[in-house]
Amino acid sequence: MRNTTNGERNLETSRRGFLECMAWAGTGLVWTLSGGILTSRVFAEPASGARAAAGDLHFVQISDTHIGFNKAVNPDPVATAREAIRRVNALVDRPAFMLHTGDLSHTQKAAEFDILAGLLQEANVGAVFTVPGEHDVFEDDGKEYLARFGRGTLGAGWRSFDVQGAHFVGLINVLSFKSGGLGRLGAEQLEWLRKDLEGLSASTPVVVFAHIPLWAVYPEWGWVTEDAQQALAHLRRFGSVTVLNGHIHQVLQKVEGSITFHTAFSTAYPQPAPGTAPGPGPLRVPADQLRGYLGLREVTWRGGSNPLAVVDSRLG
Amino acid sequence: MSHLETMRRRMTIARVGRVLALAVGLGGASLLAGATAMPTPSVRIADFRFQPSEFTVERGSTVVWVNQDDEIHAIVAADGSFSSPGLDTDGEFAHEFDAPGSYEYRCALHPQMKGTIVVR
Repeated sequence: MRNTTNGERNLETSRRGFLECMAWAGTGLVWTLSGGILTSRVFAEPASGARAAAGDLHFVQISDTHIGFNKAVNPDPVATAREAIRRVNALVDRPAFMLHTGDLSHTQKAAEFDILAGLLQEANVGAVFTVPGEHDVFEDDGKEYLARFGRGTLGAGWRSFDVQGAHFVGLINVLSFKSGGLGRLGAEQLEWLRKDLEGLSASTPVVVFAHIPLWAVYPEWGWVTEDAQQALAHLRRFGSVTVLNGHIHQVLQKVEGSITFHTAFSTAYPQPAPGTAPGPGPLRVPADQLRGYLGLREVTWRGGSNPLAVVDSRLG
Repeated sequence: MSHLETMRRRMTIARVGRVLALAVGLGGASLLAGATAMPTPSVRIADFRFQPSEFTVERGSTVVWVNQDDEIHAIVAADGSFSSPGLDTDGEFAHEFDAPGSYEYRCALHPQMKGTIVVR
């Protein structure tokens, strides 16, 4: 389904979209945090929070599109990224914005960025915010990426913004691979983060997005941000902190006090579970099962002290 | 890749080609086997590891890295003295080591991958 040029949809289109949405979301889970305990339910089960209502904050996350990847597990990552964007466009409620949590490209070639930029324009969302992955910056330290996607950012590409009372922070942790060897935020960015947060009330919901997880998922494979604890120290006083990451091409969650961490599906190819393979290379899965390993994420916030509802859905 | 390294890489490939052509020209299977064992010192990149992780060569040798993974890798020296572009599957990078020493390097995309070239 496509939308009219002004982004509005008629009722019939929306109803059909809703039915499609419910069909594809059957395997999704809603994760909610209540009293520090993470609970989940199947998305199809009736519960509050599954649909955005008027006044809700509703946004989506895609990750690791890896445009330019061409191996057997997925020779056409443009097609699967486009499928994810079609899912976004089929949502009943138009997302306020879309986050892309890095590895837009596979080898940071200009043509790969061009294709990805075109795909993002197909998304019927209010805005798109990106952070780079190491695949976007490893050859030129992010110059090409920043020239294309860095508008409105500070420093090496970090940023913050407020939407409907929630505070969003996009962090960069992929620029130290050559010199330091691990995912790292760096002193300058950490100091900026401290200042960025210091004026906020502790009741402000904070959403942090970055490519590499801000918790030590599996350091042996580089799935760690070395100085993440310093960032988390600035975040612990807030009552609700949601951290959205990519990089590991699979959905994992962790709760640490008031902070919940979520890694995301890729739209391009899966990677093995931590430690289950000699290395974190593309996981070879049968072609007819690939879409079961790819996906996207919706997040809805009802406002006030309600938790953010995070829904991960597979492409197939 | 610097222009110089591009040139070196081409020269290395040309050199290997000449050695093989010579061996084939002389017509001996044993010579061909000898030629493939000729020193084009190379480090395999497989399963997210440099194999061998420590590699010793004589001064003036050109080391060739060959990526056998389904993921791209890129080589970067800890001291910044050499670096490769992204190497996709079957991609190669060559660097000539002119001075004795121990050269540590890692993958620019997967920093847990580390290796050392020892030049005697």
